[in-house]
Amino acid sequence: MSLDRTIAPNIKDAVDFDIQLKPCQKYTLDNGVEVYAFEGGAQEVMLMELVFFAGNSFETKNWVAPATNYLLKNGTSSKSAFEVNDAFEFYGAYLNRSCYNETATISLHSLTKHFQEVIPVVSELVGDAVFPENELEIYKKNQIQQLTLNLKKGDFIANRFIDEYLFGIDHPYGKYSSEAAYNQLTREDLVAFYNKYYKEGKCIVFMAGKFPADIESTLNKYIGSLPLNKHIIETPEHAIVAADEKKYNVVNDPSSVQGSIRIARHFPNRHHPDFAPVQVLNNIFGGFFGSRLMSNIREDKGYTYGIHSYLQNHIQQSAWLISTDAGKDVCRATIDEVYKEMAILKNELVEMDELNLVKNYMLGSLLGDVDGPFQIIGRWKSYILNGLTEEYFYNTIKTVRAIQPQQLQDLANKYLNEEDFYELVVF
Amino acid sequence: MIQFDRFQLDNGLKVLVHQDTTTPMAVVNILYNVGAKDENPEKTGFAHLFEHLMFGGSINIPEYDEPLQRAGGENNAYTTNDLTNYYCQLPAENIETAFWLESDRMLSLAFSPKSLEVQRKVVCEEFKEHYINKPYGDAWHKMRTLAYTKHPYRWMTIGASLAHVEQAKMEEVKDFFFQFYRPNNAILVVTGNIKTEDIKVLAEKWFAPIPAGKPYERNLPQEPKQEKHRSLDVRADVPMDMLMMTWHMGGRFDASYHATDLLTEVLGGGASSRLYEQLIKVRQLFSSISCYHFGTIDPGLFVITGKLVKGISMSVAEKAVLEEVEKMKQVILDTKEVQKVINKTESMICFEDMSIMNRAQSLAFYELLGDAALMNDELAKYQAVTPEHIQATAKTIFEDNNRNTLYYYSKTA
Repeated sequence: MSLDRTIAPNIKDAVDFDIQLKPCQKYTLDNGVEVYAFEGGAQEVMLMELVFFAGNSFETKNWVAPATNYLLKNGTSSKSAFEVNDAFEFYGAYLNRSCYNETATISLHSLTKHFQEVIPVVSELVGDAVFPENELEIYKKNQIQQLTLNLKKGDFIANRFIDEYLFGIDHPYGKYSSEAAYNQLTREDLVAFYNKYYKEGKCIVFMAGKFPADIESTLNKYIGSLPLNKHIIETPEHAIVAADEKKYNVVNDPSSVQGSIRIARHFPNRHHPDFAPVQVLNNIFGGFFGSRLMSNIREDKGYTYGIHSYLQNHIQQSAWLISTDAGKDVCRATIDEVYKEMAILKNELVEMDELNLVKNYMLGSLLGDVDGPFQIIGRWKSYILNGLTEEYFYNTIKTVRAIQPQQLQDLANKYLNEEDFYELVVF
Repeated sequence: MIQFDRFQLDNGLKVLVHQDTTTPMAVVNILYNVGAKDENPEKTGFAHLFEHLMFGGSINIPEYDEPLQRAGGENNAYTTNDLTNYYCQLPAENIETAFWLESDRMLSLAFSPKSLEVQRKVVCEEFKEHYINKPYGDAWHKMRTLAYTKHPYRWMTIGASLAHVEQAKMEEVKDFFFQFYRPNNAILVVTGNIKTEDIKVLAEKWFAPIPAGKPYERNLPQEPKQEKHRSLDVRADVPMDMLMMTWHMGGRFDASYHATDLLTEVLGGGASSRLYEQLIKVRQLFSSISCYHFGTIDPGLFVITGKLVKGISMSVAEKAVLEEVEKMKQVILDTKEVQKVINKTESMICFEDMSIMNRAQSLAFYELLGDAALMNDELAKYQAVTPEHIQATAKTIFEDNNRNTLYYYSKTA
């Protein structure tokens, strides 16, 4: 029997898969802190993430929020920075912290068998970080050096400027670091921010992986006993001040062999009914390797190593971005091709064949994305922080399954208009 | 403990299967035993360019990505100095699509001139993005040519120069394919929600008809023992000075491999490591510093590299690093510090093994080393390392005649 390799094997359409977001457990600690937990996985490992409402939306002086978050683990009243790090690293645990716009996190990855040894130190960081003066000085000096280095890179500059054009330099989504901002940071700024937004701040806990026995009482002992959730934290209002000018050329390094291109427009947040269907349109446009932008600009013309479009992951207001680094002599041609692809989406219906491929791709990746305990809790976290429920997950799936070419064309005509886009090239 | 089954087809293709019923997904991973080290020194960058061409259509299937995406799958690939690895993840029920696609491109590529022309350009843009249009982007290119005089690790996977990539010809592409991309030079690993007996059927159906190739006899020039310290001064438009030092170390099969790995952890693993604490925090000579090793199959390089704090001279920074290195030779570590790096390694292994993707890649890599089961012995090998082993390893590696140093100066600083 000879094998006909030109015929593809039968597939089950990913649109027919039964994709479930496994439920997570919720409970409340003695101090009112909510815990969301998903237990599962084959390895004896776990993740604990403390989310604080301590992002840069809450700072009144530039860069206080990221600096506080970064220096949280650089000393407590009984431990030096070295001793804090050693306390985690001795047990092979990883303590990371990240600062975003609305939230800031402390996350712990640990072997299950060592969790009891390291959670007391996490508790110490939340209740008793002291921000030593010399640690702040080293931080400022090294961050300024790192910034000087980053400012040499066109892509770094481009990312800062496009956000500034979209949201304004005073908006949490549009502001960025500077040498002056680092220099103006004081220990008092950090301590005050820490006291209000961490020590007595609002915290939500996310847990995933294999848990040790009595996890709930352990959390109560070390997190539930802290003076968290003391005050109502008001979310400050920040007005979006978008730039008037839409097109920019910035020369950062005249010897550069590539240009960093960013093309972007405002877009509503996840609560808007267009958010989910536009994810489908975005995938067709530039959202994955088989997208039109990638097929045309990389795979057909070879102008770039990669080109992507995506919706920014913001809570208040999103933006739709196209991002690429292209050869210096083909930057203009690349931008023209991007607008050409927008025009095609506006003027022509997407073929069913292409649409079905994108639907299958999206739902197939979604199936993979909700596989594994860390991925599952990550999705729950995103919904909870965005004020959504699991309804959103199932509605998105429904939307992807049901969407038709006409709706996509309508959305393209609503959102993919060249004149709405900011355009930036940095050499 | 990662369980797996193994069988081999008549054409020499090795197949490994690891079942995990907790996931709805499957991973199909194919490792080809060819890397940048197998390239002709006059035609470097070929293995990597080739990786790009593998997505340009095969003999019976015009497009690789499209049918995979239609089956709900995603894929990627990477090339190192030692190997080239292709992987895709898709819903387990659609696994046959991956067998169809992977077997057809192992049978033969389409060798389309258009694909070659475009991918040459794409790789040139990749070269520019990562190695030209980036501060210090050429540092590794310079370090490799300094540290290696004979062994092909002296060039990077992207290629020694843009010209090599630009000049690639179709005939060379074909020769390369039929020399290296043969079933007897590949390892297929399937992980996820699948059964070995089903994989056997699929492997027989799709891969068994592919003819074996001539066995590849790897005969690489070995690097002679370095006799004296080598160094190079570089001046470039970068904002701060950088110091980069390397020492030759043993290969993946060397008895000192695990001790060497732990040595890099002691020196540079995390914020409680020695270089971080001493040189960034206490003495404030560096704004960033790292220590790692190549992890290559043939003897690789042990690396310490960092950016200097403005105003600190290169000689002061160099002396300070050498003092830390000297301590490793002179003072035996206490058992607690060794226990720490062993614990960190245990943790790293457990986290890595969480995904079926990583398990597939590890199984393929250890099978390339000789036996996938070695993967399950790794932790015990680390746990057997003693302070004495680490000290002995430090003494062997940190010989000044064995050192290469790149002094990368800022023109503006």
